[in-house]
Amino acid sequence: MVFTLCFAVFVIGLYCALTKKNIIKIVIGLTLMEYSVNLFLVMLGYRKDGIAPIRTRGIIDFLERAVDPLPQALVLTSIVIGLGVTAMAIAICIRLYQRYGTFDIMEIRRLKG
Amino acid sequence: MKELIPLFVIIPLGGAFLTILVSWKFKRLSDIFGIFATGGLLVCAIMLPVTGTGGTYNVGGWPLGIGINFVIDGFSTLMLIIINLVSFAATIFSISYMTQYSAKYKYYSLFLLMVAGMNGVVLTGDMFNLFVFLEIASIASYALVAFGCEQEELEASFKYLVLGSIGSTLILLAVAFLYGIAGSLNMAAISTALSGIPGNLLTMFIAALFIVGFGIKAALVPFHPWLPDAHPSAPAPISAMLSGVLIKALGIYALTRVFFNVIGVSPFFGIVLMILGVLSMTIGVFLAVGQWDFKRLLAYHSISQMGYVVLGIGLGAYMIAEGGPVLVSGFALLGGIFHLANHAVFKSLLFLCSGSVQYATGTRQLKEMGGLKEKMPVTRFATTVASLSIAGVPPFNGFFSKLVIVIATIMAALYNPVFLVLTFFALLVSFVTLVSFLKVLRYTFLGMLKDTFRQIKESPAAMGIAMVFLAVFCIGMGILLVPQLREVLLDPAVDALAGGLKYAENVVAGYIP
Repeated sequence: MVFTLCFAVFVIGLYCALTKKNIIKIVIGLTLMEYSVNLFLVMLGYRKDGIAPIRTRGIIDFLERAVDPLPQALVLTSIVIGLGVTAMAIAICIRLYQRYGTFDIMEIRRLKG
Repeated sequence: MKELIPLFVIIPLGGAFLTILVSWKFKRLSDIFGIFATGGLLVCAIMLPVTGTGGTYNVGGWPLGIGINFVIDGFSTLMLIIINLVSFAATIFSISYMTQYSAKYKYYSLFLLMVAGMNGVVLTGDMFNLFVFLEIASIASYALVAFGCEQEELEASFKYLVLGSIGSTLILLAVAFLYGIAGSLNMAAISTALSGIPGNLLTMFIAALFIVGFGIKAALVPFHPWLPDAHPSAPAPISAMLSGVLIKALGIYALTRVFFNVIGVSPFFGIVLMILGVLSMTIGVFLAVGQWDFKRLLAYHSISQMGYVVLGIGLGAYMIAEGGPVLVSGFALLGGIFHLANHAVFKSLLFLCSGSVQYATGTRQLKEMGGLKEKMPVTRFATTVASLSIAGVPPFNGFFSKLVIVIATIMAALYNPVFLVLTFFALLVSFVTLVSFLKVLRYTFLGMLKDTFRQIKESPAAMGIAMVFLAVFCIGMGILLVPQLREVLLDPAVDALAGGLKYAENVVAGYIP
């Protein structure tokens, strides 16, 4: 069920990135895609009634109940990378707006061929 | 030599930060930083085959399976040499060329970050680490494409960023699925885990995600629309880096590494790659013929020449998976890999030449040029050499690699006559390429000198040195096919791919022959 929702977010993001005319909406679409993949990674490591992967009460308890910490580390890295990409995208959007005076992708068309 | 391995990431990454810190105050130092960093990397890369076998390096001393490891085998050695050779030439070229722009130190900083990302992609033995380095190189290249901040550059960069991020997200999703199946991120461990599971729908889905993701990064034909905008818009040395090595390191290298050594090749995958290759070759070259913008024409030729590489690698993958003759698969892989190396050299040289012409005349339109042959002898020499190389005229390097690919397709046709189609396309595309580059030479250097260009001068010495440096490689690289030299560079690269899943055993043993 949750996986289906996650997939739905991914598809919405992809649709948004590919079909929207407003460049800010395209960036939002990209961000949605990234977040759905992050969500998917976290859910891969989840187990029912799991505890935080911090070793407090011995190794046996940790192995039996803790969620997988590796995907969480990956997601942290991936969020930071996503921040970089989004910041870059927004910076380009601002510059584009200064140059063209519009956010509409149909009017930003000087390259052809 | 094992001790050299971390240097390939440390030098450019440290150089990038030092450049921006120090050159903030002392702007003249940025050139020196750039030259020393890329020059040092080139020396390290050449040391690799000289000192012998490859190896693995565990980052932070963590054992295999827990930490990240860097792996050097034949294919990564070859890629490292190409990347650092081209980046060294591009840095020399930048010394003069980038004086047109302000903020040169920011340029060097981004440039070194991009090199760090590419070296990391080539070295890493960990799937998630591959994604991280891929994003470092990609983000740096998005910024570099937009470096001039003019209208076209921003537009091209935005297009590149959107498609590039979609590609990266698909790759990350595929990595997540792989982790879900194999329970590890280490390439060797995944490879071992997957070999126990028969191929099913999920592995097909992962393979499809990787093909689309890396296909976008490599600009194979259905995924190519960003490339003809992004590559011409960047400053010339960056175009040379993007077309010369970025699409190879991030696209082709990563794709082949993942398929040959981690997931394992299948006949279906080989056929998909061959179709993508033939599509890229033909569509790329026919779009290139009609172009009048010098750099845009070169960008379309990049798509077309990458088609040759993918065709060679796809044919090799098919033959390995089908259990065809080892000779054919070896030849196809050799052709693909050798063409990859050659294309890096001549295409970056061509982009540097286009930058030199643009520096002198201020235009990229072929129709506005003409008669530059006496004004710019060095550029003319370099452009002629590179054009003949890309068109596949003998003694230049492009001829040899195309010859090997054509021979491989003919040998494959003996195995199954259908492959004659590939031979036909390879020869046709080669011919159209020749026609297209005759047009370039005719319109830039021959003909009447325009009155507006009476005053132009040859480009500064640094740019000339960079172009001649690469031109020498264009003329001389054919000798890499001589058996004694082939054992040093090309054969280990082919063996690394043809060995397939033996990669895992080698990595676990920590010794790569």
